Amino acid sequence: MMKNSIFNISPDRSKYPEKDAEGNLMVDLDSQKYVKLWQGPQHPGVTGNMSLELTISGDEIIQAKTHVGYLHRGFEKLMERRKYIQCFPTCIRMCVAEPDYNEYNLAAGIEELSGIEVPEMAQWLRTLVLEMARLQSLLRVVPGQGGTFALGLGVQWGVYLRDLILDLFEELTGGRVYHMYILPGGVRGLLPDGFKKRMEETLKKIDEFVVNIDNLMFSNAVFKQRAKDVGIIQPEWIDQFGIVGPNARSAGFMRDVRKDYPYLVYDQLDFEPMTMNYSDIYNRARLRWHDLIMTVDLIRQIMAKIPETGDIKAPTPNVLHWKIPRNETYIRSESSRGEYGFYMVSDGTDKPRRINLRGPSYVHAISLLEHMLINANIADTAAIMVSLQTCPPEIER
Amino acid sequence: MTNETNNIVEDKLELEDKFLAPENRKRQVTTPDGTIIEVDPLRDYFSDARPQIYRPNSIPVIENFLNWARAESLWVLGFGTGCGSIELPPLTTPRFDAYRFGVQMRATPRQSNVFIISGYLSVKTLKRVVRSYEQMPNPKYVIALGSCTINGGMYYDSYNTINRLDQYMPVDVYIAGCMPRPEALLAGFNKLKELIKAGKAEKANEYVENFDWYKANQKKIIKDWNMPDYNW
Amino acid sequence: MEQLINKLQKSFKLSDVKHQRENLTFVTVKKDSALDLVTHCRDYEGFSHFVLLSCVDWIEDGKFQLTYLLNNPSGKFDLGIRTFISRDNASMTSAHLLWRQIATYQRELKEMYGIDFPGSPRVDESFILEGWDEIPPMRREFDTKKYSEDTYFPREGRGSNDPATYMKSKLYPDDEK
Repeated sequence: MMKNSIFNISPDRSKYPEKDAEGNLMVDLDSQKYVKLWQGPQHPGVTGNMSLELTISGDEIIQAKTHVGYLHRGFEKLMERRKYIQCFPTCIRMCVAEPDYNEYNLAAGIEELSGIEVPEMAQWLRTLVLEMARLQSLLRVVPGQGGTFALGLGVQWGVYLRDLILDLFEELTGGRVYHMYILPGGVRGLLPDGFKKRMEETLKKIDEFVVNIDNLMFSNAVFKQRAKDVGIIQPEWIDQFGIVGPNARSAGFMRDVRKDYPYLVYDQLDFEPMTMNYSDIYNRARLRWHDLIMTVDLIRQIMAKIPETGDIKAPTPNVLHWKIPRNETYIRSESSRGEYGFYMVSDGTDKPRRINLRGPSYVHAISLLEHMLINANIADTAAIMVSLQTCPPEIER
Repeated sequence: MTNETNNIVEDKLELEDKFLAPENRKRQVTTPDGTIIEVDPLRDYFSDARPQIYRPNSIPVIENFLNWARAESLWVLGFGTGCGSIELPPLTTPRFDAYRFGVQMRATPRQSNVFIISGYLSVKTLKRVVRSYEQMPNPKYVIALGSCTINGGMYYDSYNTINRLDQYMPVDVYIAGCMPRPEALLAGFNKLKELIKAGKAEKANEYVENFDWYKANQKKIIKDWNMPDYNW
Repeated sequence: MEQLINKLQKSFKLSDVKHQRENLTFVTVKKDSALDLVTHCRDYEGFSHFVLLSCVDWIEDGKFQLTYLLNNPSGKFDLGIRTFISRDNASMTSAHLLWRQIATYQRELKEMYGIDFPGSPRVDESFILEGWDEIPPMRREFDTKKYSEDTYFPREGRGSNDPATYMKSKLYPDDEK
C-alpha cells in the first residue's frame, strides 16, 4: 500500500493465500506459510483493551478478526436495576476517555421522556463541559497518532496539557476524570471565580501546542511517509459501514451532529467542521488537528458569550421516586469520535427498561477495522486502529 | 514428577474440545521434509513444572542490598485492564513523572516485575491477566487499583466482573478510589517500596504456596479453561 | 415526516405511529414485513445510514421488541422501525446483507438475548462473553446480583441500601414509617 517507496517490493500474490473455487481464503496454519499473530489485549493506555487476531503472510495481513469483551461490565443490565438518578455514576464509566457525553445523553433522554425544559445557563454550562471533554480527548488522540509511529514527544506534551484541562474540570465539577456534573434538569454548579482567566491561560498553552504539533508531526518527513496513502477509507464505505464523525468527514461526508441536529446552544456558536476529500491516516490526523483548533475556538466563544449567572437547574420530581411513563427515544450528541447515541426505553417504573449505547467505535473498530486491515502491513496495524479513534469500553459497555 | 504434577496433566486431558481453538487441538502435521508428526500444543509447547518458591538470600546484607535494588527499579507491565489505565499516561509523563521513583512501563511481562491491575477485571481479562502474571519473572509484585478490585466497587452486582482480586491473585498493595489519582498511585508505589525494602513483599511466594487454592478459584469462574495450569 | 409515513402506510401496515420529535418517528410493523420496510426505506426513501439495531425485553408480554433505527442524512430525520417477536425460540431474519455492521449487532443480540439470526456471518461465535453457559444475561429473568453473589466471593461487610428507605431513615429518623 505504500507507494512512492523504493522499498516497495510487492509480493507475489498468485500463490498465497490460496483460495478455493468460491474465492474464500484457505489458510492452513500447519503449512507454515502463514503466521497467526495476536495483537492485544495488552495496551499501555491509548487504544484500550481490544485484541486483533491477525493471520499474516509475509508481513501482510490476510485475515483480521477483532475480539472485544475484555472490558464488559454489563452496564445495560446494571442500569435496568438502578433508579434513573443512580444510572448517572454508572453510565459515565461507559467511555472512560470522554465520560461527559454519557451524562449529557442520559440527562437529555430523561428530560425528553418526562418533558423538562433546561434553563439557558445550564445549557451553556453543559456545552462548555462537552467541549472541554472533546478537547481533553483530542489532546490525547492527535499526538497519539504520532505515538503509533514511535513519535513519543507529542504524547508527552499532549498528556501534560490534558492534565491542565482535567485540573479545570476538577475546579468546576470536583472530579478529575469522572465528573457527574450534568444532572437531569440542569447542572450541579456555576463557574468558580476566576475560572475564565485560568481557562484562557490554559488555552494559550494549547495554542502553542497546536503550532508545535504541526511542526513535529505534520511537517515530519517520516510521519508523512508512514501515514500518507495508508489506511484509506473509500467514500462508498461511509453508508455501507455506518461510519460517522471525523472518519466520515475526512472522506468528504459532512456528518456532525452539532450541525445536523443542533442541540444545547450550538446554534448560537459560529463554527464550521472541516471536511476532506481523501481519507488516509495523514488526513484523518490532520482533520483531528483542525478539530482541536476548532474546539479551542469554541471554548473561547462559549467563555465570551456565557451569561454571568442564572438558573442552573429546572425543578424535577423527587429523584428517588421518579417514575417515567412508557415511551422511547433516541438521543445523540457529537463526541470527538462521532455520533454518540443513547436509545432509551422507559416503562412507567422508576428504573429504565433499556438503555442502549450506540458508540461510533462499534462500527469503526469491528466491521470497518476488520475490512481495512486486509492487505495492510502489520507495522501499520496500530496506526490504522488509532486513526479510527477506537474506544473499546463503548463497544462492549 | 510428583503426584500433583500428574494430576495437572490428567486434568488437562479432560478439557472439553469445544473451547479449544483449532490451532490448540491435538492433530497431525506434515513437516516441510515430508514426515508426519503428531502435535498436541498444550502438552508439547509448554512445560508442566510448578512454580518455585523464590527464597531470599541467606546472608542478610546481600538480601538487603538486593531488596534496595529491587525497590528502586519497579518496572511496570503496560497492561491497562480497566478504567484506571487512563491515569497511567499522566503518571509517566512530565506532570507526575514516575521515572523519578524508578518506575517505568515495559511492553512485555518478561521485562517487568510490577503488575498494576488498573480497575475491574472481567472474566475474559482475568484469564489474560493470570497468564501475564505467571509469565513475569520473580520477584514480582501486584498493585491493585480502585475500589472495584477490593470489593467489586460499583460493579458489585455485575455478572461479568470479579469482586475480590485477592481470591485469584496475591495483591501486595491496594490503592482505593474510583478512580485513584496519579498522586495516589505514586503513594502506592512508595508504600510498595517500603514493603520491599523491609522484605515483606512476599506475596508471589504466597501464590506458589497456595497454588492449588488459587487455581481452583480461577477455574471456578473461567469456565473455558483451555490453557495449561502453569506453562511459562 | 408525516408525508413519508402516509406514503409508507399505503404499502406497509404501520401501526402505533409515534412522532417523538419533529425528526424522530417510531412505527411498528409485523415481523414478516419489517425487513421489507427497512430495505424499502434504504433504497427509495434515502435512509442510507443505519444507526442501530436494539432489543427490548418485554417479559410480561412474552415478547422481544427489535428496533431498527434508520437515519436519513440529507433529510436529517430518523425512523425507528419496531417489530415484536416471540420470546420462545426467538428468531429473526438476518439483515446482514443490507449494511455491513448489522452482522455485529446480530452477534451481540444472539449472545445477550439468545435471538437467532440464521445465516448471519459469525453469529454463533462468542462476541463479548467467553465460556458463558448460563441463560443469555440481558434477558430480564437473569438475576445478575444473585449470579454475582454466587460466583464471585463477595467481601464480607459490604452492603448496599435502597436509596429511598436509607435516605428516609437518615433524614427523618423520627418518622414512624
